This record gives sequence, structure tokens and C-alpha cells, in this order.
Amino acid sequence: MSKQTFADIVTLIKSHQGEDTVLSVKEDLKQPQAVIKTSQLESVARLLWETPSLYFDSLSCLTALDNGEKEGTLEVLYHLYSIPYEHAFIMKVVVPRGDENNLPEVPSLCGIWKTANWHEREAFDMYGIKFTGHPDLRRILLPTDWQGYPLRKDYKEQETYHGIKVAY
Amino acid sequence: MSTTVQYQYDPTHLKKSGEDFFDPSMLKKHEMVLNIGPQHPSTHGVLRLEVMTDGEIIREVVPHLGYLHRCFEKHAEALPYNQIIPFVDRLDYMAAMNSEHAYVMGLERMLGIENDIPKRIEYIRVLVAELNRLASHFVAIGTYGLDIGSFTPFLWMMRDREYINRLLEWVSGARMLYNYIWVGGLFYDLPVGFEEQCQSFITYLKPKMKEMQHLITENKIFIERTAGVGVLPLDLAINYGVSGPVLRGSGLRFDLRKVDAYSVYPELEFDIPVGKGEMGTLGDCWDRTQVRVLECDESIKIIEQCLKQLTTDHKRTRDFNPQKIVPKKIRPKAMDFYVRAENPKGELGFFFRSTGNTDVPLRCKVRSCCFVNLSVLPALSKNVMLSDLVAILGSLDIVMGEIDR
Repeated sequence: MSKQTFADIVTLIKSHQGEDTVLSVKEDLKQPQAVIKTSQLESVARLLWETPSLYFDSLSCLTALDNGEKEGTLEVLYHLYSIPYEHAFIMKVVVPRGDENNLPEVPSLCGIWKTANWHEREAFDMYGIKFTGHPDLRRILLPTDWQGYPLRKDYKEQETYHGIKVAY
Repeated sequence: MSTTVQYQYDPTHLKKSGEDFFDPSMLKKHEMVLNIGPQHPSTHGVLRLEVMTDGEIIREVVPHLGYLHRCFEKHAEALPYNQIIPFVDRLDYMAAMNSEHAYVMGLERMLGIENDIPKRIEYIRVLVAELNRLASHFVAIGTYGLDIGSFTPFLWMMRDREYINRLLEWVSGARMLYNYIWVGGLFYDLPVGFEEQCQSFITYLKPKMKEMQHLITENKIFIERTAGVGVLPLDLAINYGVSGPVLRGSGLRFDLRKVDAYSVYPELEFDIPVGKGEMGTLGDCWDRTQVRVLECDESIKIIEQCLKQLTTDHKRTRDFNPQKIVPKKIRPKAMDFYVRAENPKGELGFFFRSTGNTDVPLRCKVRSCCFVNLSVLPALSKNVMLSDLVAILGSLDIVMGEIDR
């Protein structure tokens, strides 16, 4: 087997998981990406990992980002890479931003790639995305009693932290 | 008179800000929780390890990060692309040139000018990056010796690293944080006489590399402390996403300089050293160190080839302007872009999202190699001796500036 193109991989996902799994594709980008239905993320990831012709054995990068209040969505992007075939695939999920009491939920991929463990903790720390099924979802870079999610676009830092002025 | 009270003392603050993972009341008989760091020389920076031990055997390790968090990603969302470069230096401050190279490469590909860069600039970039790789590996090997009880290698490595720091200071004006590689070019051309000086440094360094091998990797005490310790099997390594010498130490010939063939690396001849399990088991601490030692030799080879190119085919000319195609405003089209490059410590990746109408990124994420490499530590140090934990941590070669960002 050889390198698979983006279109091949999308076709394979659709044929195994159903047409509606892939919500949309952006093929005109320099690095094309596929938007996956959030509820089916884990089964798609498992398919990509298990299929011998794809063999996505490594998760290069997991990025969360905030589209701002106007769009009202958060995204999580997964950069997958196959070491033996040297092909890559980018999939992402889009979730509503939610609020403090109702954080958005994305299935955790820790069970497939262990790289996801700390990256998901970081995304939770910075964006308040709850990764369901994560074994140990705590803040990783910020103190446990920090308030808010700093990389959200509407983030307002707390006034004081343990009596120390935060904003300068 | 008014006084500003900066910190309000409260006995619960410390507990609340960095909650312990283990509950002392839940421990079984003989079990004990030991705290290492965040201020401890063998944790290579401000890393706190919470270790649950049974006598001298480690049952579990929980790393606590974030003591050096400087909000890189938040800052990056408020700065133009070219002003982020000095911040990028401060991620992996042991190998700032390599990080700059990766960052700049990503932006050049986004702007579509990656093929317009003059060859001389590319060779200079690779030259300084490889010099910096040597410096980074010297620190890694030297401090690793220090971790497990030999002092001489540290002094010798620091002595040789000092030459590199001075060379790079001559090039850029700074010893560690350079801001030398710019999008579309360089800050300056190489200073006059640099090529000769660099060549004489390489001539000086070659016999020192032999000395280093005798002193460290062939040393009986070193071998006994590291061989067979902290074995990282290849499948686990890939599943955890580790990269760089840690991955290659487990036996996989995977180097992005070859795989992605970026910059002028395809025109240069060098090998990818991998661990072979010569002294103990494949993927142990000795293998990882050996990979670093051998990589130094490869870097020397690359530097020599670069110097040859820079004095023959791509010689210095009077009218050469390294800032010729540096864009005034860096404004890529709206897109997502992920770029990765081989840093001394592993795969450094940058993810950008540009909106197309400003020169400020909407998102700039760093895929830090040390962050990922450190995440394998709890798996590696199950049921090892307490003193081996230090040996394992040192062999991962972490730098907290990049982990905490």
C-alpha cells in the first residue's frame, strides 16, 4: 500500500461510518481538513487508527481554538500522521462555546493515542472544553484554583489571585 | 503612608493552587509520598514531581507543570507575526535558532515565498541551526552526567558550548536568544571572517568529540547507571507521540530533516543515528544518550558541508542583502497551517490560523516536543528505583521553557 490522499481517506470514513459522519470538507486549503460529527469522533479516530491501509499511528498535534463570541463556536483540530506511509490527515470537531456551568463536551481520544492525554488537559485548561472519558482531566499549566479559561477570546482575567494583582 | 500588600497569606493557598494528586489517608502500609522539585537541580528547571514510593521502589509519578508558564499563546494572539519571533526564542532557550527556523519556515510557506529564499540564506540558517543543535546536545549530555554523578563531562561540555555561544553572539548579537532568522531572510549576513573561525572551531571540536565518547558513553560507571534503565519500547513511544532522540533511541530511524526534507537538508549528506541496544536493552537511557552523542558528529558533518557551500557556490558578495525579500507586513491569506521541524529535542510544531486581513494570528499553537516527551515519564518510571528516576528524567532532555510556554 502507499500514501493515501485526503479524498481517499474521506471516502473511506464515509463508507464505514455513514455519509453524515463527515459534516464538511475544506479541500481548497493548503492542508485540507474534514469536519467530523462530534458524537462519532471516537469511532472515526479508531477507524483511522485500526485500518491497515491508513495506519495513523501518531497524533502529531491537538489544537483547540476559539472562533469568538460572534461565531459562538470552539474547534478542536487533530493532526494525524502515519509514520510508515508518511501521509497526514487533519480532522476537526466544532462545538458551541457553552458557558461556565455548561462546558462543551468532546469525546476524549486518550484511549487511542496517549499523546492526547496531556494535550486534552491543556485544551481543557485554556478553553474549558470537557473531554468525556478522559482519565484525569485537571488543569495542567495553570494553578488549580485559577478562574476562567484564558485563551477564550472574551476572557477577562480575575482582579486578584491570592491577593496578588493580576492585570498590569 | 500607603503600603501595597502583594500577597495575602492564607495557609490553604498553597494546597488550593497546586493540589496534591495522592491523598495521604488512602496510602497503603509502606507507601509514602515524596515531593521532588519544583526547585531541584535534577528536575532541569521548575518541574515538580509527586512520587509515590514503596521503600525505594517508585509506584507512581505525577508531574506538575506550569511553574514557568508565560502565556506565549495568548501573547501571540496580540502580536504581529514578526514580533513573535523573540518570544519563540524563549520557548526552547537551549536551541533558539532551531525554533526560529521552524517558525519562519511555516510563515514562508503560508505566504508562498518559500522557494524565493536565496540559497545562501538557507545555508546560513542550517549552519546556525546545527551549531545550536550541537550546543543543545552538549547541555543535554553534560547535565545528564551531572544528574547521575559525574562532574567532569559537564565542565567539558560547557567549555565547548561556550565557543558556540560566542560564535552565535558574533552572528546575531545575543548569546542565547537571537532573533536572527527572519521571515523571508535574516537579520544580518554572516560577519566577515566567520566561515574561517567556524572552520577552526570544528577542527578543534573533532578530537574533543572522541574524548567525550571515552568520558561518557564508554565509561563503565555511566553504562552501569544507564544501560537497561528506563526502557521505552517503540510501540509505546509512538503511541505517546515522543520524537527526536527519545524516539530514535527506541530504534526508529525517523528524523524530520530526512522525512520532510525541508530547507537545504536534502542537499546535505548525513546519517540518522538510532539506538541499537548495544549496552543493555533497546530504548534504554544509554541508547538515548548515545543517539545524542552520534548526532553531534552528524551535525559537525552538516556544518562542514554548509561552510563549504558558503565559501564556494554561495560565496559572500558585496551586494547580498539578507533582508531583500523580508515582507514589510506579513499578511498570509486566511488559512490553517501546521508546520513541523526537527529540533534537537524532537518534533517542534507550530499551528497557525490566519484571518487574512491582519498581520496578527488568530491562533498560534506550539506543539512542544518536550511537553510530549515528558508525558511518557509516568509510564517509564513505574516500579523503578528512586535513583533511576533522575536518570530517566535526564535522558528525556526536557527544557521547561518549552513545556510550560
